[in-house]
Amino acid sequence: MKRIVAILLMAFGLAAFYIARAVLSINGAGASFPEPIYSKWFDEYHKKDPNIQINYQAIGSGGGIKQITEGTVDFGASDGPMNDDQLKAFQDKHGFPVLHFPTVLGADVPTYNVPGVNAELNFTPEALAGIFLGKITKWNDPAISGANRGVNLPGNDIVVVHRSDGSGTTYIWTDYLSKVSDEWKSKVGKNTSVNWPTGLGGNKNEGVAGLVKQTPNAIGYVELIFAIQNKMPYGRVKNSSGEFIKADLASVTAAAAGAAKSMPEDFRVSITNAPGKTAYPISSFTWLLIPSKFSDAAKRDAIKGFVKWMLADGQSDTEALAYSKLPKEVVAMELSALNKVQ
Amino acid sequence: MATTTTTVPSAGPLAGSRSFFGRLRDGDEIARLVTLLFAASVVLITLLIVYELWQGSVLPRHKFGFAFFRTSVWDPNFEQFGALPFIFGTLVTSAVALFIAVPLGIGAAIFLAELATARLSDALEFFIDLLAAVPSVIYGLLGIFIVVPVMRDVVQPALKNTLGFIPLFKGPAFGIGFLTAGVVLAIMVIPYIISVSREILLSVPRDQREAALALGSTRWESTWKVVVPFARTGIMGSIFLALARALGETMAVTMVIGNTPAIAASLFSPGDSIASVIANQFTEATGELYTQSLIELGLVLFLLTFILNGLARLLIVLTSQRGGTAHA
Amino acid sequence: MTMNAQLRWRKFVSNFMLTMTGVCALISVSVLFFILGYLVYHGGAAINWDFFTKLPAPVGENGGGMANAIVGSAKLLLLAACFGVPIGFFGAIYLAEFSSSKIAFVVRYAADLLNGVPSIVIGIFAYSLAVQPFKHFSTYAGGFALGVMMIPITLRSTEEFLLGVPRSLREGAMALGASKWRTVGTVIVPAAYRGILTAILLAFARVAGETAPLLFTALGNRFWSNGWNEPTASLPVMIYNYALSPFEDWHRQAWAAGLVLLALILIINIAARAILSRGVSVPRA
Repeated sequence: MKRIVAILLMAFGLAAFYIARAVLSINGAGASFPEPIYSKWFDEYHKKDPNIQINYQAIGSGGGIKQITEGTVDFGASDGPMNDDQLKAFQDKHGFPVLHFPTVLGADVPTYNVPGVNAELNFTPEALAGIFLGKITKWNDPAISGANRGVNLPGNDIVVVHRSDGSGTTYIWTDYLSKVSDEWKSKVGKNTSVNWPTGLGGNKNEGVAGLVKQTPNAIGYVELIFAIQNKMPYGRVKNSSGEFIKADLASVTAAAAGAAKSMPEDFRVSITNAPGKTAYPISSFTWLLIPSKFSDAAKRDAIKGFVKWMLADGQSDTEALAYSKLPKEVVAMELSALNKVQ
Repeated sequence: MATTTTTVPSAGPLAGSRSFFGRLRDGDEIARLVTLLFAASVVLITLLIVYELWQGSVLPRHKFGFAFFRTSVWDPNFEQFGALPFIFGTLVTSAVALFIAVPLGIGAAIFLAELATARLSDALEFFIDLLAAVPSVIYGLLGIFIVVPVMRDVVQPALKNTLGFIPLFKGPAFGIGFLTAGVVLAIMVIPYIISVSREILLSVPRDQREAALALGSTRWESTWKVVVPFARTGIMGSIFLALARALGETMAVTMVIGNTPAIAASLFSPGDSIASVIANQFTEATGELYTQSLIELGLVLFLLTFILNGLARLLIVLTSQRGGTAHA
Repeated sequence: MTMNAQLRWRKFVSNFMLTMTGVCALISVSVLFFILGYLVYHGGAAINWDFFTKLPAPVGENGGGMANAIVGSAKLLLLAACFGVPIGFFGAIYLAEFSSSKIAFVVRYAADLLNGVPSIVIGIFAYSLAVQPFKHFSTYAGGFALGVMMIPITLRSTEEFLLGVPRSLREGAMALGASKWRTVGTVIVPAAYRGILTAILLAFARVAGETAPLLFTALGNRFWSNGWNEPTASLPVMIYNYALSPFEDWHRQAWAAGLVLLALILIINIAARAILSRGVSVPRA
């Protein structure tokens, strides 16, 4: 009996050691917004180069920012760019700055589960702000029904679903609401984690989608691909030009068009409520947070290699998952910014 | 061979007369020191935990002081942190859990201790112990896919229709919320109540029961009016134990409570508990004040369970003393 | 006659209440079978060869398995045992054989306190001690967290079984001229080995299903975890993540993982109790 145990332990140890041999393991954590495309990318990149294993854990953008600042992961990911305080905190802790690298463009969509309603609903900014502020409480409220003539909306109570974890998806949503509603801006503000006036909390995009799907009369905000993959209806949103736009590749790309030309050097930009007749108003870039200095040259080269691949071949995977490609100008800027990573 | 000297137990009267290194050559002293080291590490780890919790929450303790426990705002954006919603949620879900689990648990314990044959009692206890071993995340899994839909589609509407005039059962029914979390917790703590209460009841001296029966009471009367009151303190102890377990439960609760820092009168409302909010927000709390506020919540939870566990053990010890010394 | 009516009423109440207690017991026990039944029903259908051999598929794609989570959990438990069992075991030997009653009281009290610490707090503790300073989520950190949780169970149970060894065995050994540590090593521990093994198994079963401490320490991994210093997937965390997701396929896999995990824990529990001979009570974890 003892001999069997000893042999098993030895075999186990050997196996663990063997697996530990040649593979370079890189750890990243952060946003769940781009998790579908990231997990696809890292999977493909691993197939392309089996010696490099990039393990990405979606714990929310807040988690990405925190853990990269703590230094417990090799790179972070967030759809809410780090604000000046957070950048300073990183700089103070490490002695060098952290860099933002946009990867794809995505969109937050209002997804809902209203019994009997299969149509695509139109949402005005006022309606969305009112719902999430808790002031519009019924589905047949004039603010909603006014934009949806011809749809029979029930008089049921709206169940608001938001994120319970620190989220870039939340950042994008609250960033948009802060721009279109002064009351939201002063009462709640924009951040990865806010004091929600009302609603249930779900963990990550998956959690919100799951809750909305299972709860009648619910409305929540998720990244576009989560609504599509789960065959959930999502509404059109009125943009700054007054058009009701549905989130898709074209409308999200249109939202980024203006920003592409005037992209700041650190890539931190908000494109919510962007101008443009066909622009979807709740779009956003999402960023990788990469430190500008690496003590491990192998990791640095692997990450830089990945980013280069991502900006070229990787971009062709995005559309299948409903993420829009980066504008050409941004790609060019990023390639040159990569040189800053040492 | 120094056989004669090595047979002297180290703690004997001759021990002090030898030098330290003399004693060290003695295998016993080494054994004593080595094992002492291990035992001391247990104490060290426990102290370290308290220290880490205390040190790790220094910022909010200084900034908010006791207001931390009175404030109900949890706003990471404007850096205002108050523990009240989470303390509320923790207490409410535990209260619901006990409300359901205590009658069921004590009833089952009475059955196992008084009515069932020894074989049946042991067999059932075996299954109850297995129930206690089921991990929290599996209760959470069952909670999401079974309990929540049942609550949402069957139980909560029924409660609303019958008892909807009570504030406890007002408001929209989502399935997730305080009530559901309480129900899941109840299932998790029943085994503890049953196991401990059964043992306590079994330890009540036979003469108590027999005296009651001799005086003409029915089986139930002797149980309920004599045996159970005799074991009352120990049963209280089991309830405290169950409560301590319920307070610290993380996974099952966080999967069904709704994750919203809300204080509401209605049990249908979503809410949050201390353990649940820590699990959700700890890895992403950006900023020292945010992180440390979560750690302070951990400290609160630790203190709550510490006090309850202490009380529980005290009560159980008191009962067994009474049972041992009290004779007809 | 009122006397008779009263008596009949009391008898009725007695029978009714006693039946109710039986109902309570039935409800409580049937919950276990209900859980098992549901897991077997939902999880059984989902268990296939892929589940045990494949890595998770990219988000949203069907298929894939939890091979890395199964291995990850095994590695975590191994580390936990390496850390927690020696401390519990040797600490118990100290308590049972060498200590004074004052020190024993302090150590026992600390162990009971440790046992009552909620697992999420252990997670915070392990993060501050084993992740932050090393700037790394790792299997080591996860193993450390679980190991800390194994200590109190191992300690208290081992101590009970050591103390349960009859005095005659001790005195016989000493009379033959054995030193204390020899006595412990060659006589007492072997006499109590069944109970000690049970204690270790029960400690295993307790931490095998723990999720909260792993969230902050071992994090998670979509691939095979490289060595011991990298984050690793584990069954409980996978169940948690998959259950909360909206993907049907992931729900299916969560059930399967739940079944595997529960089966493992129940088998360990049953084995532990079987090892103890009948008539010896199992100390409560």
